[in-house]
Amino acid sequence: MQCDIVSARKTVYSGEAKLIVAPGAAGELGITPRHAPLMTTLLPGAVRVIEPDGKEVPVLIGGGIIEVMPHMVTVLADSAARAHDFDESAARRAKERAQRVIDGTGGASEGMDIAEAKIMLKDTIEQLRALDRWRKQVEHRK
Amino acid sequence: MAGGKEITTKIRSIENTRKVTSALEMVSASKIRKSQDLMAETRPYAKMIRRVMGHLSKARPEYRHPFTMGREQTNKVGYIIVSTDRGLCGGLNTNLFKMILADMAEWKSKGADVSAVTLGKKASAFFKNIKVDIAAHASDLGEKPQIEDLIGSIKVMLDAYRKEEIDLVYIVYNRFENTMSQKPVLEQLLPLPETDDDEVQDIWDYIYEPDAETLLDTVITRYIEADVYHAVLENLASEHAARMIAMKNATENAGELIDELTLVFNKARQAAITQEISEIVGGAAAV
Repeated sequence: MQCDIVSARKTVYSGEAKLIVAPGAAGELGITPRHAPLMTTLLPGAVRVIEPDGKEVPVLIGGGIIEVMPHMVTVLADSAARAHDFDESAARRAKERAQRVIDGTGGASEGMDIAEAKIMLKDTIEQLRALDRWRKQVEHRK
Repeated sequence: MAGGKEITTKIRSIENTRKVTSALEMVSASKIRKSQDLMAETRPYAKMIRRVMGHLSKARPEYRHPFTMGREQTNKVGYIIVSTDRGLCGGLNTNLFKMILADMAEWKSKGADVSAVTLGKKASAFFKNIKVDIAAHASDLGEKPQIEDLIGSIKVMLDAYRKEEIDLVYIVYNRFENTMSQKPVLEQLLPLPETDDDEVQDIWDYIYEPDAETLLDTVITRYIEADVYHAVLENLASEHAARMIAMKNATENAGELIDELTLVFNKARQAAITQEISEIVGGAAAV
């Protein structure tokens, strides 16, 4: 089964896989070849790709979308965690910047607001947790 | 010696300017490469999301997302304007703004209102000056723009479209054709232009988690974000190319000016010497 993992900036992984484990929005997903077509959003965490020779490749993502076709899996990864309130706060700040342009008070200070900080924290924790899980598994196998 | 000193000062000052412009030229030349690499890096994502969008439109023909449906009447037009943060890049921004102004004038004559989201300081300064409504703004994107910095501004436009405050969204940027030419382009972002592959072979559908609408919305939003991000990168490459050409011209002009002034200086010096000699000869003859 062909597996492609891309983020906005690069192709993270592209190759054959016999099993893909991904953090789906409604729970962990295990995808084997000939899976029914499925599409879901992904949570921040690790996508684990098991190659035909049993080698495991973990890919950390900050959320995204996974598209499963019988012989093809595509992961569109976001480079950072995204959530409704994060997008809201980003939009609000863009509007504020516009207002500053109009008022002519172009201050350079643009602090991070709480929603954003929360998301970044959540993102980091999730990625660390995923890394930890993977590390434990590697140790376990030794 | 008439004005000898003044001319040497002038030559020296132009030489300094030439140093600056040729340095800027070389900096831009190296940055073009980097921004082109960045553009190439975003290509896989764009390709994949287009593939997913294609699958989606085939899988679910009966559900139509608001972003794919055109409005009967256009009351307000939104522009996402991609410009540079810095100047000294020739007519890059000016040409872009001219095109936008022509398009805005056309819509205004049809009775539609306009609104803009500006990316880059040059656009915000210009459109503020001519009193165009600026809905959102982002600048200081730097040499490696991050998609996260654009999300907010894009969302403002998408929300306005969803609420039917805006009926048409354009994106305007400079497309990087090659180092010598950059072309201002105006593309329709919303409603999404029709896809040409309309023959649905067999009816099938995905399993959606949580549901089709939410997912379609996410995918389309990501698609539009990727589109805008790509436009920002194109504009960045154009900026460096335009700046390189502008600085190259400036360096050449400075060289020509220096040559001319050196000629004037030499003539003045020669005239002074000739005058001195003739004075001495004249004086000796008088004695």
